[in-house]
Amino acid sequence: MAFDDAYHALTDHDDDARWAYGTGFVDKLAGVPGDLPDGVDRADLAEYCLMLGDDALILSHRLQQWVTRAPELEDELALANIGLDLLGQARLLLTRAGVAEGWGRDEDDLAMRRDPSGFRNVRLAERADADFAHLVARLFALSTWRLALLDRLTASRDPMLAAIAAKGVKEVTYHRDYAAQWVVRLGDGTPLSHDRMRAAVETLAPQLAELFLSHPTEARLAEAGAAVDPATLEAEFTQVWTHVLQTATLTAQPVPSGAADAQPSGRAGEHTPALAEILDEMQGVARSVPGGAW
Amino acid sequence: MTGTAAEVVGAVTDPELPMLTLAELGVIREVRQDEDGVLVTITPTYSGCPAMESIRADIRSALRQAGFGRAEVRTVIAPPWTTDWISASGRRKLAEAGIAPPGAAPVRATGPIPINLSPRPTAVSCPRCGHTDTETLAAFGATACRELRRCPACREPFEHMREI
Repeated sequence: MAFDDAYHALTDHDDDARWAYGTGFVDKLAGVPGDLPDGVDRADLAEYCLMLGDDALILSHRLQQWVTRAPELEDELALANIGLDLLGQARLLLTRAGVAEGWGRDEDDLAMRRDPSGFRNVRLAERADADFAHLVARLFALSTWRLALLDRLTASRDPMLAAIAAKGVKEVTYHRDYAAQWVVRLGDGTPLSHDRMRAAVETLAPQLAELFLSHPTEARLAEAGAAVDPATLEAEFTQVWTHVLQTATLTAQPVPSGAADAQPSGRAGEHTPALAEILDEMQGVARSVPGGAW
Repeated sequence: MTGTAAEVVGAVTDPELPMLTLAELGVIREVRQDEDGVLVTITPTYSGCPAMESIRADIRSALRQAGFGRAEVRTVIAPPWTTDWISASGRRKLAEAGIAPPGAAPVRATGPIPINLSPRPTAVSCPRCGHTDTETLAAFGATACRELRRCPACREPFEHMREI
C-alpha cells in the first residue's frame, strides 16, 4: 500500500508497507520517464546512471559518518546538508538507472540490494578519512571533478541526465566552495594545520588518476552524445586544483596520469575493503530484516 | 468549492518556511484541471529537499478539503528552481520573519564555473535594523537553503536565504 506522507507510511501497522526496505511511500520521483534518445544503448545508460548515482550515494554516506564527529556544529550542518544534496542526486540517478535497465528495480533495490562488486562508484568516493583535513581535501577533489562533469552533462542528449545535471551543478558549486575554503584555511593557517593539510593532499594526489580514466561504457555513451568522457575533465580539474593549493600555500601536487590504466577501477566494480564496510552499515537493517516493518 | 484549484494549491504553505505560500516560493509550474481531476506540477527546490514529500501531501490534502476529487502531484526538475522565482510578497514576508531574502541568483558566464575562496561577498542587509554591512557566520544553516550571518550594528545573528 502507498501513503500520501511519510508519517502515515511509518505509523500504519495494518498492511505490508515496509520502512526498513523501501518507505511504503509513493514518491513521484518514480515518474522518471523511461524513453531513451535514438542511438543510446539502454544497458549503457543504466550503467552510467549507476556510476554517477553511486558516486553521490557513497560519498553522501561517508559525509553522514562525520555528523557528530566534525570539529564544529556549523561543519556538521554543512556536511549533513552536502550529504543530503548528494543523496537527492543519487535518488534521481538510481531511479533513472532502474527505469533504463527495465528490470523493475527501483532506487531502494539498487541502493540496498547490491554487493560491493555491483557498485560503480570511483574508489575515491568510498575512502575513509583519517582526519578533517583528509575529508576536506577529498571533498574538494571530488566536488571539483563532479562539478566539471555535471556542467558538461547539462548538454547530454538524454534529457533526464541533462536535467539532473543542471540541478546538480547549482549544488556542487557550493559544495566545492565549502571544501576549497577549508583547504585554504587549514593550509594557510597554523604550522600544525598546514602540516596536516599538506599530509592530506600528499596522500590524496596519487589517488586522483582514477577520476580521469575512461571506462568503455563512458566512452561509448560520450560518443553517442549522452555522457561525459572523464578524460576530458583533467585540464579543468588540474587548473582548479593547482589554484586552490597555491592559495593554501601548499606545494601543487601533480595529478598523476598515464599509469592509471594499471589501477583497479571502481567503475568496473573493483573496490577497496572500505566499500564493503560502508555497505555493511548502510544496508545492514534492510538486509537483516528483509521486508521488515515496525 | 472555495476558489479554483490553482488558488487552493497556491495558498498551501511551505513546511520549512511556513510564512511563505507555495505560489510565493515559486515551486508551482502548472495546475491543470479536467474531468479526471487535478494535475499539479511542481519543481523541487533542492535535489534532496525532504520538505518536497510533505509539500506533495499538503497539496493533495488541501485539494481534497476544498472539494476537488482526484489529485496528482508531479515533479519536474528542469528547468531547475532558482531563488529568483520567489515573489516580491514572499521576499517581504521572509524579511518580516527575520530571514534576509535572497539577492539575485548568480548569472552563469560561459567557461568553467569560477571558484569562490573567500566568504560570500554578497551585500546582505540585516532584517532587524537594516544595517547593510553584515558578515557570514556559517555557510550552511538549519537547511541547505539558508546560511547564518551576523549584524555588527545590532549584534544579532540572523538567517539569510542563499541565492541559487
